[in-house]
Amino acid sequence: MLAEIGHFALILTLLVAIAQAVLPMLGAIRGDAALMAFGRSAAALQALLIAISFGCLMTLFGQADFSVKLVANHSALSQPLAYRLAATWGNHEGSMLLWVLVLSIYGAGIAKFGDNLRVTLQARILSVQAMISVAFLAFALFTSNPFERLFPVPLDGAELNPLLQDPGLVFHPPLLYLGYVGFSVTFSFAVAALLEGRADPAWARWMRPWVLAAWVPLTCGITLGSFWAYYELGWGGWWFWDPVENASFMPWLIGTALLHSAIVTEKRGSLAGWTILLAILAFSLSLIGTFLVRSGILTSVHAFAVDPERGVFILAMIIGATGTALALFAARAPMLRSGALFGSISRESGLTFNNLLLMALTAVVFLGTFYPVIMEAVSPTNKISVGPPYYNLVFVPLVAPLLILVTIGPMLSWKRDDLAVLGKKLLVPVAAIAALLAGLVLWLGTAQVVAALGLALGGWLVLGAVLVLVRRWWGAGGFSWRLVRTTPAATVGLVLAHAGLGFTTAGIATMTSFAAEKILVMRPGETAVAGPVSVTMLGAEEVDGANYRALRARFTVSQNGNERALVSERRIYTVSGSQTTEAGIGVSPLGNQYVAIGDVQQDARGQGLVVRIYWHPLVGWIWFGGLLMAMGGAASLADRRFRIGAPQVRSPLAPNLVPAE
Amino acid sequence: MKRVLFILPVIAFAGLAAFLGFGLTQDPKELPSQLIDRPLPEFVLPGITDAPGGGPGLASASFKGEPRLLNVWASWCAACPQEHPVLERIAAEGFPVYGIAWKDKPEDSRAFLARYGDPYSGMGSDFPGRTAIDLGVTGAPETFVVDKKGRVRFKQIGPISPEVWEGQIRPLMQKLRAEA
Repeated sequence: MLAEIGHFALILTLLVAIAQAVLPMLGAIRGDAALMAFGRSAAALQALLIAISFGCLMTLFGQADFSVKLVANHSALSQPLAYRLAATWGNHEGSMLLWVLVLSIYGAGIAKFGDNLRVTLQARILSVQAMISVAFLAFALFTSNPFERLFPVPLDGAELNPLLQDPGLVFHPPLLYLGYVGFSVTFSFAVAALLEGRADPAWARWMRPWVLAAWVPLTCGITLGSFWAYYELGWGGWWFWDPVENASFMPWLIGTALLHSAIVTEKRGSLAGWTILLAILAFSLSLIGTFLVRSGILTSVHAFAVDPERGVFILAMIIGATGTALALFAARAPMLRSGALFGSISRESGLTFNNLLLMALTAVVFLGTFYPVIMEAVSPTNKISVGPPYYNLVFVPLVAPLLILVTIGPMLSWKRDDLAVLGKKLLVPVAAIAALLAGLVLWLGTAQVVAALGLALGGWLVLGAVLVLVRRWWGAGGFSWRLVRTTPAATVGLVLAHAGLGFTTAGIATMTSFAAEKILVMRPGETAVAGPVSVTMLGAEEVDGANYRALRARFTVSQNGNERALVSERRIYTVSGSQTTEAGIGVSPLGNQYVAIGDVQQDARGQGLVVRIYWHPLVGWIWFGGLLMAMGGAASLADRRFRIGAPQVRSPLAPNLVPAE
Repeated sequence: MKRVLFILPVIAFAGLAAFLGFGLTQDPKELPSQLIDRPLPEFVLPGITDAPGGGPGLASASFKGEPRLLNVWASWCAACPQEHPVLERIAAEGFPVYGIAWKDKPEDSRAFLARYGDPYSGMGSDFPGRTAIDLGVTGAPETFVVDKKGRVRFKQIGPISPEVWEGQIRPLMQKLRAEA
């Protein structure tokens, strides 16, 4: 019965979405207030219906109702309840339902929190949002119905992929979806602005919190995904340049660019066309991300629904959304009034340069991801893949100037700045970082110049972030508590995010240069050394878990006189027969000790266990930095400027009307 | 001039969409094996009987003289019981099928064959999984078509379905038989 209720609610949602796609738009064109108001109610109703549908599916998973095909295929009785619930979105159909749920929640958010929006703009945004809903709802209903029944009903279900039976899965996909789908809102903002022919500072101010609302969970999701891969996949990597990782990274890069260009549009009325283009691209890349995972066009560990028919549907959606939006952009954007001009050395030009570099980075990732597809089209026998060497070669030289710019940017004044003034501001930080770099080279040796440069760059970012606060708190009359208290949340956000980037940079530089590893066959009592870590195997035994059997090995790990015990397991899940590795990780702020076991093997001295030992210096900083960035975004989102009504600036050419900060 | 700049994104996107559309027509599972038209990698494997050392096993040197199928399987593999009737049929039609039990304890392999029947003309045990690495095996089951001269001519990833047998592998085997 629940399955039918859920299915029915899904169908009703589609009908509501169709009405919402048409009527508010019509209202905006005709100036009919009632039709525009319908959009707001419809958005709320849509969210309610889809929540019912999703709730039904989740309950079915909770009850382990194997008469539903999806439940039978993705959960087993032996699976803990939490993972049975998480299995709701650990499969293609359920994740599509989650996607539309998130989409409609954002839609309801625009209806609820968009009181200060121009009504015609809000109506158009809600219409565009509903068009996206219609496409995805139709996709879910017609190609991947989650409520399909199964007969005869099996006694037990097939298990969820054991790799996914992990707390990481419970949060990783929903966070990513919040990010991907969040960019649908900025997309709708962009399309609505093009339809209205108006993208002014007020428009940018309305849109900015929605950019943040997508960017923050996306940042969390990517960070969590990287962390999950690190401890679950069992070979200690934290980023693989896997197509699906790239698929989440590209919207992040574009989203970051959008975040910054929207500031320029908000404060100065400039770059409106560029901001619109970025808003369109951010969502398009999210769609392409989905397309990559679902279609099987690129093979990847993440692919869980390799099905060309769905691929065709998603490709049609991408062409419909992105193609239409870009065509609209080509037709309308040249007519948008551009804002105030700015000097070649100014905050605006700094942000423009930041945008260009982020775009270039996105292009690099895009090319690396799609090169195999393009090559195959050109010469069909050529199946190639693009790996880390390409990214190291091309990505790093582009990202370095960007990171240098991150600290300089906030020192620049709006509109016009002077090189001499900038030079004076830069004197102290540049000297400090040069000293740090010299010290690092002396300490690490000239052979590790690259690592020293990376660490110095991290220091440069953190110092730059701290300096923003210093400049804010020490006014003309020296340090003042009043200035501390009145620091806008957005400034705190900037500081946290830029400092986070610094921690991530330092972590990556150290990991790349100083990680140590050793793979060998060990027997109880033996000791092995990797970098500064010394590992002794104590013993190994077979153990039984809730739904798996495992070989568990115990180790003592010592480093600099400190000892700790670590346990690593190799699990075999009894229902599916798949194997996973649970690594033993000794976490500390300065680095992680990582021990993972493999198969039983023979070597010259008899039978033993394959053991991989790693020393990962500062690896935790990579994720700590990601977390700081997300917190920075959240802090910015809390800025009260977004909650007070935006001034209705008639002319974008009047920057004085925008309150200066 | 300025207008052209604004049209550029939509043109670039049209090109991309064309490539993506083309990509959809390709089957990502069709990974060409590096071994096609090359000699079978050398291996000498023990058998799976309970005799000391596993009894008579399987060696790459024996793949000469007539075309044969080499099936990599395991008792723990979920798709293998499904493929098994097809293998029995192939053997009954007079085409020799040889097997490598991959990462499988000999007693488990024996139990599997005792339960489902034994269509294999010869069987080697690759418990350490080394030979499978040389063969580029990505999962079980996989089947190689080896010609009279011991060269790999075709690789089937995943179970052989009756359709694959009738439509692809049997015609190939018949062609290979006719080859000089």
